[in-house]
Amino acid sequence: MLRAEVLWGREQMDREVSCGFGCDLISDSLSFARPGCLLLTGLTNVQIVRLAEMVEAQAIVFVRGKKPGMEVIELACQKNLPLLSTQFFLFESCGILYQAGLRSF
Amino acid sequence: MQLKFHVQRNDFSRAGQAAARIKKTLQLAGIKPAIIRKAIIVAYEAELNIVIHAYHGTITANISTGQIEILAQDEGPGIVDIDLAMQEGYSTAPPHIRKMGFGAGMGLPNIKKSSDSLEIYSAVGRGTLLRATIVIGD
Repeated sequence: MLRAEVLWGREQMDREVSCGFGCDLISDSLSFARPGCLLLTGLTNVQIVRLAEMVEAQAIVFVRGKKPGMEVIELACQKNLPLLSTQFFLFESCGILYQAGLRSF
Repeated sequence: MQLKFHVQRNDFSRAGQAAARIKKTLQLAGIKPAIIRKAIIVAYEAELNIVIHAYHGTITANISTGQIEILAQDEGPGIVDIDLAMQEGYSTAPPHIRKMGFGAGMGLPNIKKSSDSLEIYSAVGRGTLLRATIVIGD
């Protein structure tokens, strides 16, 4: 749907996500993202992986064609957290997934 | 039980580790997820405040049967106006910090929302002490 490239965790693409959350702010993600969510973001620094671990996200989708550096991929690998990258904008990505039935909660 | 972590200015590659360790400990202690969520919001935001604004400091979690106490103590520039710093959207973070997704001015307001009690003492030019408690309840 998002025509996403899998950056890490190809063998885990059968994971189920219970909801979605899209945000470019760390504090808001920490406060509002729900456990089991698919996290969509334009942030590519190492803190997004630490945040995903904290909120128990199932995977991260980087939007706007962004790709993180090796340090981020290595940490995601340690944390067993799949990473994907899509060319779509955050708004478009959320819209596509919402239309397909994914909700915030 | 007490957990204590040293936190260093600008150490973004390790920032969040203290909050993650506190979370694991609370999970092992069988604390309810809703309470853990409040504790990690407090711990993570306080930890990142030290990384972003202070020179160095410590995050301490004191876990007892009735409550979780999070202490964040730092040596740093201090907070000039605590009331202003508590306002949503007020931030003194520089542009390169904002680019990383921080500095939206939600750190202290989120700590306040997630705590059952909060005290902040700050001396300009010396540092800040933040003490937040989260009641564990039944």
